[in-house]
Amino acid sequence: MTAQKSASTARRIKVLLAKPGLDGHDQGAKVVVRALMDAGMEVIYTGLRQTPEAIARMALDEDVDVIALSSLAGSHIPFCTKLKPLLEANHLQDKLWVIGGNLPAQDHEALRQLGFTGIFPTGSKFDAIVDYIRNNVKDSVQ
Amino acid sequence: MNDRAKDPLKPVFNESGIEVKPLYTQADVEASGGLDMLGQPGEYPFTRGIHRLMYRKQPWTMRQYAGFGNPAETNKRFKYLIANGQTGLNVAFDLPTQIGLDSDDPLAEGEIGRVGMSIDTLRDFEVAFDGIDLNKITVSLTINGAAAILIAMYLAMAEKRGYDVKQLRGTAQNDILKEFIGRGTWIFPVEPSIRLVGDTIEYCAEHAPKYSPVSVCGYHIRESGANPAQEMAYAFCIAKAYADDVIKRGLHVDEFAGRLSYNFNIFGNLFEQVAKFRAGRGLWAKIMKEEYGAEKPGSMWLRMIAAGGGGGLTFEQPEINIVRGAYYALISALSGTQTMALCSYDEAYTIPTEYSARISLRTMQLLIEEMGLTETVDPLAGSFYVETLTNEMRRKMEEIMAETDAQGGIVKLVSEGAIQSKVSAQAYQMQRDIESGKFPKVGVNCYRNEQEEEHPVQFHPYNEEDTRVQIDGLNKVRAERDAERVKKALARVGADAAAGRNVMPALVDAVKAYASVGEMTKELVKVFGRYQEPIRF
Repeated sequence: MTAQKSASTARRIKVLLAKPGLDGHDQGAKVVVRALMDAGMEVIYTGLRQTPEAIARMALDEDVDVIALSSLAGSHIPFCTKLKPLLEANHLQDKLWVIGGNLPAQDHEALRQLGFTGIFPTGSKFDAIVDYIRNNVKDSVQ
Repeated sequence: MNDRAKDPLKPVFNESGIEVKPLYTQADVEASGGLDMLGQPGEYPFTRGIHRLMYRKQPWTMRQYAGFGNPAETNKRFKYLIANGQTGLNVAFDLPTQIGLDSDDPLAEGEIGRVGMSIDTLRDFEVAFDGIDLNKITVSLTINGAAAILIAMYLAMAEKRGYDVKQLRGTAQNDILKEFIGRGTWIFPVEPSIRLVGDTIEYCAEHAPKYSPVSVCGYHIRESGANPAQEMAYAFCIAKAYADDVIKRGLHVDEFAGRLSYNFNIFGNLFEQVAKFRAGRGLWAKIMKEEYGAEKPGSMWLRMIAAGGGGGLTFEQPEINIVRGAYYALISALSGTQTMALCSYDEAYTIPTEYSARISLRTMQLLIEEMGLTETVDPLAGSFYVETLTNEMRRKMEEIMAETDAQGGIVKLVSEGAIQSKVSAQAYQMQRDIESGKFPKVGVNCYRNEQEEEHPVQFHPYNEEDTRVQIDGLNKVRAERDAERVKKALARVGADAAAGRNVMPALVDAVKAYASVGEMTKELVKVFGRYQEPIRF
């Protein structure tokens, strides 16, 4: 009882998990949603075909701590290039930006430059994703 | 790694939930239902194969998935594959084409030609298939949301080149219900989407009777998390939903069922897969004969592509995927498939290069030339294990189909997101089991390399220039075509859709006027609206 109470005084980590662009591969995104929920996080899953504008708006409206993308169809660099200024315009640069999916190693530095510090290519483990979010999200949430 | 050795008598279950015993005998075959459903190859219920002589007469068609960039580049890849002995084409379209967007649509930016070739108008199809004999090489179009439009385009292209459309063979994937479960290239809501599938079946039955307008896919349902028994059971439920739509229009099952085909997945337990295909052939024949009153044997045939699935391949130690692919091809051959394809070993990294596509092709060719797999029909028949498991898999599929119907049917369950939620929960559990080591995966949770080597994967280059070339080409067609004719043809598409008439004649007409994929899709969206994805966990 006491433990539950103290846990509830700090807000749970809130994650927006989005499927950017036209990519229809959602198996990975959906299993990560479940993993994050099982780890005690609140997750808003957008469904497929989100534009950069829609993702930025949802991230702002829902006041999330983490903005996560799942991309498997190769358009991650052009998409993140469009998304970055929109997130910045909404003052979301202090949120944690992470991306997973089919992300060739040669693109990782470019993704980091675009603000996506957490990069989880195909084959990443749930624990690695959960731990990264817990360790890097702002202190006010847990 | 395998802890079974510690307790050899601990129960073992396959992925479909069937217990696998350490030994099978004649008694198990009898207890599971005997050999009543076995029959002879080429005879009802076709468990042993849909043709009497199977590969002895003709080996499986080899049809690697290919397409990227613009139609001219894809044409080169097609010719490369054909020159290397490929006997069919399996066309990959980029995502804008798949969901009905022109290449100059703002939403298409960054996606042109990336995962397949970009198609805007009939002109693109003329280029893509230039110099390819459509009577010798059968073409399979992997298109779903925009399938009615692309089928119309393929038929129009063939007609323009002088082929008799009545004799034209080929396949379109055109299985929209599975797109709502996995793969995600839907456009319209569920009901009008099914109607469009019905329109293509009805139209082809009359105008292109040798063309296969639908390939019902268990494949992607399996990739989304379904087990092998569910994969086939859900695919049958979906095929029945399309058949029901067409029968409602007054067609007899024998007028179209012979042109329905299937696309299934292969990864995991070898015997479970082989039993799945053998069981599925018997069950589908029984459904067509007993439930639908089919009389022609062709209407009862489970014609299929059985393809080595990406879901079984790993990001770790990618070169081991070449070996996995070889086993998947072996399973496919032992299962009596009509067509074979393999995901290439670099599937988890990139779309295949010429090099990796050729390895897949050679894998299938060496089974034909070196391994004796084409000499005898259904070589695993009579194995106590395989026959017992075939009976048990068939019963499992029947149970899943009955349960699906009892819950309101596949259309309702897909519309509500219930199937999606169920298979996604299973995918999550499977991933957990792989991460915990409970479900062994070589290179992932056992036999890992201490130090992952530099992966021997070449990346297929993405050419930014393709986008400009494609948009320029579209603008050129728009400038040259008869604008008045296009306008009239598009208006007819909308009018026929609204009036509930079969839209295929209007689409063929619009395609011939060089209307674009995006323009035709917009007309249909005006009438049908767009699908809203149910989010459910």
